Amino acid sequence: MSAPLLSARGISKRFAGVRALDNVSADFFQGEVVAVMGENGAGKSTLMKCLAGVHQPDSGTLTWQGKDLRITSTRRAEQLGIAFIHQELNLCDNLDVASNVFLGRELKKAGCFLDAAAMRARTAALLERIGLRIPTNTPVSSLSIGQRQLVEIARALSLDARMVIMDEPTSSLTAGETATLFSVVRDLRTAGICVVFISHRIPEITAIADRVIVLKDGRFTGTLTKSELAPDRIVSLMVGRDLPPPEPRPLRQPGPVRLEVSNLRTAAFPARQLSFSLRAGEITGAAGLVGAGRTEAARAIFGIDRPIAGTISIDGNPLTHGNPRLAIRAGLALVPEDRKEQGLILDMAIRDNLSLPRLRHFAPSGFISDAAINRSAEDLSASLSIRSTGIHKLVGELSGGNQQKVALGRWLALSPGIIILDEPTRGVDVGAKREIYSLIESLAASGTAVLVISSDLEEILRLSDRILVLHEGHLAGTLTRQEASEASVMQLATGSSPRRPAA
Amino acid sequence: MNSLFASHQKTLVIAALLAVLTAVCAWLEPRFISVDGIGLILKYAGLYGLIALGVSFVIITGGIDLSIGSWIGLSAVLFPVLLRDYGLSTTSALAVIILLSAAAGALHGLLITRLRLQPFLVTLCGLFIYRGLARIIGGNREQMVPQAQQWMRSAFVKAQPLGDLPIPSVFLLLLVAAALSAVFLNHTVWGRHLIATGRNEQAARFSGVNTSAVRITAYILCSIFAGLSGVLFLLEVNSAQGSGFGNFYELWAIAGAVLGGCSLRGGQAGVTGVLLGILMVAEVRQAVGLIVRDEFKEFVIGSFILIGVVADELLSRFLSRSR
Repeated sequence: MSAPLLSARGISKRFAGVRALDNVSADFFQGEVVAVMGENGAGKSTLMKCLAGVHQPDSGTLTWQGKDLRITSTRRAEQLGIAFIHQELNLCDNLDVASNVFLGRELKKAGCFLDAAAMRARTAALLERIGLRIPTNTPVSSLSIGQRQLVEIARALSLDARMVIMDEPTSSLTAGETATLFSVVRDLRTAGICVVFISHRIPEITAIADRVIVLKDGRFTGTLTKSELAPDRIVSLMVGRDLPPPEPRPLRQPGPVRLEVSNLRTAAFPARQLSFSLRAGEITGAAGLVGAGRTEAARAIFGIDRPIAGTISIDGNPLTHGNPRLAIRAGLALVPEDRKEQGLILDMAIRDNLSLPRLRHFAPSGFISDAAINRSAEDLSASLSIRSTGIHKLVGELSGGNQQKVALGRWLALSPGIIILDEPTRGVDVGAKREIYSLIESLAASGTAVLVISSDLEEILRLSDRILVLHEGHLAGTLTRQEASEASVMQLATGSSPRRPAA
Repeated sequence: MNSLFASHQKTLVIAALLAVLTAVCAWLEPRFISVDGIGLILKYAGLYGLIALGVSFVIITGGIDLSIGSWIGLSAVLFPVLLRDYGLSTTSALAVIILLSAAAGALHGLLITRLRLQPFLVTLCGLFIYRGLARIIGGNREQMVPQAQQWMRSAFVKAQPLGDLPIPSVFLLLLVAAALSAVFLNHTVWGRHLIATGRNEQAARFSGVNTSAVRITAYILCSIFAGLSGVLFLLEVNSAQGSGFGNFYELWAIAGAVLGGCSLRGGQAGVTGVLLGILMVAEVRQAVGLIVRDEFKEFVIGSFILIGVVADELLSRFLSRSR
């Protein structure tokens, strides 16, 4: 094999006394696709950021095409030919595609004026190369997440990048968008570019990666070549132990209808109507492409946004629109998609986040009893096995999985009759994922009506008794557990097989 | 590290800063800690402290109220007008002022939450409108505290002997208001909802907190504190003119709140901190007059706050790095 494009030797990095990377070495060759895996907090992002000049390693060396060097900034990395695509895409919403591709390196004429024509022409060529058929003057704000991802790749190509690093590129993409992204990645590989990406999704990795690097607790735990890629081996390297296979699921008998949504119209799709119902003790999955209107429907049902029209009733009683407090009182709970901005208050303690939705319960006399809050928080924290140094720790300092347990756990004490979980395991590691799944299943077993919105098809298929598939704001179809497969869901989600919802 | 410890630590740092400031001023000018000197500091701390407390409720929500000074001017000219021209009793005049203040605060809150106007903009308009109303209502003359209400001056503003030390009653009033505010903020559902709303309004809404109601209440409280302070400031001076009475007072209040550890980004404030902050503001005002010259007052206060916030930023960066 030829010499590596980039070689990292003994990279260590500490943040505020915490060891994020400990003596990690890895080589990256041209024309290969390398996946980096590991649980949350394993140091994947930190390693990527050290390679891309975002962070400076405390010790260790980087060798780029045979030369030892320090990558002191992202700009330096870009000059060398290393492009880094952040998980939260770094595009300016208010600018168009061409301006974003050339942001910070604008082409100029006469020394100071923007050469918009040249930028558009070069952008058009790049978009053509990656098969993104949109005009170069499209504002980024009107693009889907998947399209934005491709614009980032166009930007990387415009830098003549030899190495493209992507931090969880597929976390917000639907299966269709992921397939498009991967075909672009394969083209990049053919062109001799080294593509490095972080992902939590094993099926994706077995589909595209030539090699997998696994990290755990900041250390390198192993590398697997294409022939060795088996889900079990990846998982056991990630968690450092062999996980038991998922237990066969008991069949659930759905109870009476708890939530009935009829003819709901939201601002996202004002012309489309959505009707469905949720039954006690049943887990209903909501599948669909990102932007299919699932989150908007959940927000409208919970009262965050006011729907344009439609009725929502809980146990037969119509719910007042636009009032989350009344929705909670009626027995509804929502664990929102954006954990960091909506689900939790990151700079408040675990106990304060757990108690916020039901503070009145702790203040029967009008004055809050902190002792009662602490007791309840200790109990919840133990029963959810939230791993932290105590209930006074700030939620923002927890790992993704533990944060999600807090976001979910805060509703449990209210024993909601209906719970809607929007992307419950996004950015959550494999171990915590299983815990969250069993929590969801025990909720259903105790008679709660559960709706799981997820872009992770494996998750939907694993959890759901019944799957609602949304397409552009309306119900494209309902699948029973027997009918459901990745193919049948995707057909409905992409709108390729119109099918009447089951009555 | 937990949040509780962090906030206590911050209060301790502010208290230490206040102690250093007091010591330096006393060393430079012994008259600074004379009985009279302390009495003056406490009186100004009391007067400005009430509006600082009020504005800190708004600051917790991430908002701001620029109209406080004008509202003080309006309330100060309105009080004698209500008593004299409308023949209201003291109690009814105060009740009218409280009700009008609550209405003004509610209007600010409604414009900010329902129409989603920016707090800066809404209260900037308030600043002009209430100043204008104060001039229209008060005319171009000094509005005096009527003879019948002169007793209020000795009751509310003059010093009450407490052992050897004369403590101005406004300062005692501030302590009572601060104690009530602290209980309200830290031990009631409403207070927790206010803090949660300031930290992350979206997440609070997703938790079932009526964030609009919470924010409106903060503006109402702020205006009520301003309205009552207007009467107290009037009692202190004995007369008020609509054109200038209370000008820029909101800025002194905001300065006190910021020195006391409130973050203008919202979500962070403590009643003890605000008390210490306003004491610092009052001390600096007093010290500059005694030690240098009165006209240096604003210059020194501004520099002091700037040094304070820069030191705070550098200190917290240092702490987070060494952790």
